[in-house]
Amino acid sequence: MKKVYVREEVCIGCGLCQVYCHTEHSRSKDIIKAFKREIPRLLPRIRVERRGEVCFAVQCRHCAEPWCVYSCLTGAMRKDPASGRVIVAAESCIACWTCLMACPYGALTRDTANRIVAKCDLCPGQAMPVCVANCPNEALVLSEVEAK
Amino acid sequence: MRSKYLIIGNSAGGIGAAEAIREVDKSGSLTIVSDEPYPAYSRPLISKYLTGERTLEGMLFRPAEFYSQNNIVSLLGKKVEGLGLESHTAELDGGERIVWEKLLLAPGGMPIVPRIKGIGERGVFTFTNLDDAKAIDGFLDNASKALVIGGGLIGISVTEALVKRGIEVTIVEMKETILNTILDEQASLMAEEALRQAGVSIVTCHTVAEISGGGVVRGVTLDDGRGIPCDLVVVAIGVAPRIELALGAGIKVNRGIVVDRYMATNHPDVYSCGDAAEAYDFVYGVNRLTPIWPNAYVGGRIAGLNMAGIKAEYPGGTAMNSLNYFGLDIVAAGMAAPPDEDGCEVLSRQNNGIYQKVVLRDDLVMGMVFVRDIERSGMIFSLMKDRVNVGSFKQALLADDFGLVSLPRELWQERLETSPSRLVPQPAMPAEAVEDFAGE
Repeated sequence: MKKVYVREEVCIGCGLCQVYCHTEHSRSKDIIKAFKREIPRLLPRIRVERRGEVCFAVQCRHCAEPWCVYSCLTGAMRKDPASGRVIVAAESCIACWTCLMACPYGALTRDTANRIVAKCDLCPGQAMPVCVANCPNEALVLSEVEAK
Repeated sequence: MRSKYLIIGNSAGGIGAAEAIREVDKSGSLTIVSDEPYPAYSRPLISKYLTGERTLEGMLFRPAEFYSQNNIVSLLGKKVEGLGLESHTAELDGGERIVWEKLLLAPGGMPIVPRIKGIGERGVFTFTNLDDAKAIDGFLDNASKALVIGGGLIGISVTEALVKRGIEVTIVEMKETILNTILDEQASLMAEEALRQAGVSIVTCHTVAEISGGGVVRGVTLDDGRGIPCDLVVVAIGVAPRIELALGAGIKVNRGIVVDRYMATNHPDVYSCGDAAEAYDFVYGVNRLTPIWPNAYVGGRIAGLNMAGIKAEYPGGTAMNSLNYFGLDIVAAGMAAPPDEDGCEVLSRQNNGIYQKVVLRDDLVMGMVFVRDIERSGMIFSLMKDRVNVGSFKQALLADDFGLVSLPRELWQERLETSPSRLVPQPAMPAEAVEDFAGE
């Protein structure tokens, strides 16, 4: 499957990926409304880490061995066999956060307002995940996973 | 009947094994037997059944068509009475006999019920499966006060559900703090505070000596003679592995069914996982009971792969719990409270209701507790699971900005799979939408 990789050597930690992710996962898809007016707010599913000149974005790795899926108490989290995406079924998630503890990347976020775990869904319906499409430095790339 | 694979138990472990087997072997006959009459459902959700937030349909762990889609024969509401290892057989309560090639024992645990006076009164319940929740639900119309024996996970879980149903609850815990096998003292006290604010009474350092009634529960008497009136009692002092089948068949059992790193018992065709099994714990470095849902699923998955002929090693599990009772998020794993503080280094911080703690030994993470701010717990847990030496960056573990970037470069590069040579941007966007700042 294809997923998003970061090229740390050209990431400047600008955070645009996060802005676009937030907007894409808002109800209005409007950048200002998403940030200022939507309540409860939907969250970005990507996190930018910075330490000195080292910075990179982290989002769900859609793991081949998805510990979040294995740990899910309700069956809400699953790996779609066709696309390889790790997806969460909103109606089954009980916001227990067991998946958060199981994720080695800290890639899952508590959406406490909506009582659901928020995670990268690779932007279904978009030709390219918005974080990749809008990265000014091509620091995020959509690429095929190495064969295991 | 014959079944290439026979799985006893239809919860996390059994389903984990069945799914793994079907990844490898699409057609080998596969049978799941369970003494519960329901398709696989999420046990942790029985508290939401009791509150009325979920029906059985809303609790299903897999879609209703899971069994038919995966070509699995499910024998639900059937009990396995005995096993024949030589003959590779299982005898069911209806007299049916199943001949198997590979067997998984994933029967789970049984609630421990103490032999105290009055335990047989009507209105005394346990709380580990859906029938328990149904039984309590059917009893609540004429009840206003409940007494829960045991302040562990099950006790707190049923307490929250009962409080939501408008029942006044008292918890009686034998030890000094509730949740004492999962949390350290500080986190336990924070949990107690959340319970007390919700109106729950907590009595610690005491046990229930007897239940009084005369047909139906009317109250309990504590070990100090104190009487507490109540309409129902929930016994939640613990769960014991269901080992009777294994014992009867001569399979090696310690506290639970002993398995190796491939989840095999001492019989090469018999595997075990879940609450009944004593499997490898990566924190303690020995086999232990770790009766939690994720370990059951992963253990089942490993067992299933091996049963289907794919050699797979269990990475080990350890206690890991995420609690969200009464609005308080707590995550704890491994040795939250190390039994022996000697040789352990404890990093912790606390402010504004946030509490975070990491236990180290020889610069390896041995345990962790996070209260309220739990977002980074997964990264710490994975350092613990992967037995990473954190000596060079341990000061960062509890920093506000802790992240993968706090790890040495090789570690985060490996985790993010970012070897630069491998990654080439793929032009998939329409050209006019891309403004190129990269200057490469």
